[in-house]
Amino acid sequence: MIDDLIGQEEAFVAWLRSLDAVGIADAATVVMLCAGAFFALVGSVGLLKLDTPMKRLHAPTKASTLGVGSLLLASMIHAYAHGEGSVHEVLIMAFLFVTAPISANFISKVNLHREDVDPTPPPPKDSTWATFDTSPQDKAAPDRP
Amino acid sequence: MRIAAKILPHPFMSLILVMVWCLLTNAVNLGNLVLAVILAIAIPLITAAYWPNRPGTPRLGGLFTYVLIVIWDIALANIAVAWIVLTRPNRKMRSRWVVIPLDLRTPEAIAILAGTITLTPGTVSADLSDEGSCLLVHALDTADAEDEARGIKERYERRLKEIFE
Repeated sequence: MIDDLIGQEEAFVAWLRSLDAVGIADAATVVMLCAGAFFALVGSVGLLKLDTPMKRLHAPTKASTLGVGSLLLASMIHAYAHGEGSVHEVLIMAFLFVTAPISANFISKVNLHREDVDPTPPPPKDSTWATFDTSPQDKAAPDRP
Repeated sequence: MRIAAKILPHPFMSLILVMVWCLLTNAVNLGNLVLAVILAIAIPLITAAYWPNRPGTPRLGGLFTYVLIVIWDIALANIAVAWIVLTRPNRKMRSRWVVIPLDLRTPEAIAILAGTITLTPGTVSADLSDEGSCLLVHALDTADAEDEARGIKERYERRLKEIFE
């Protein structure tokens, strides 16, 4: 029994020795790809499962952060392990993080105007929320046909 | 000092331009850096006239820590929200509006706060009040709206106030 364990340990050490930097990097790439795929899947499942428009908005903004983030990290590790390193992924992530909240903000404003959301609480200090702040002549004008 | 301000009207933007250029070309060598510095001086000079109320330089150390904290929070909150989406039935989700009264006055700082709230899973910033004194945030699953607002103010707004104001 003990001999068996020692034998296994030696085999394990030999396996560790046989790993090189590229092998470890490949393993890390696979792990990051799986994590990215998982979060992209959770984002899609959320989009199907959640029931109100505002709740549904939570799903894709999540997939676009950690989901895409992990995939880009995997791409970077792969690029560095196999020849030409690349840092373009950092830029992709930066631009994604700057632009993703804008679309989420626009969609939530549309939701506010469609009025199929929970009634919004009034702001404690100012008169109204900015998206409802229309000028009097705009209010007087009839809606488009 | 005045000459430096004339040549570099917006030092923070110049720094960002140098970094983005080096990332785009994928290499840091002398030729690249010289080109990056030329761009970093030329672009702010050309655009300065169209940008009268440009923001001041934020505190870089604080900004760097802030970015690290936000990335860490995004990773943690993603796992929490994935768990909520996969396991909790719709009718048991306590999704509600959260109103965050703002102490920040700088538009750039408020924009970064709203972006941070949207990027952190579980909360989406929806709107600003007409005079910019509160932020309307939708939370996917939270027990207490007041508690959520206090947490966001404590963790992000306080730091942004130190960085920008």
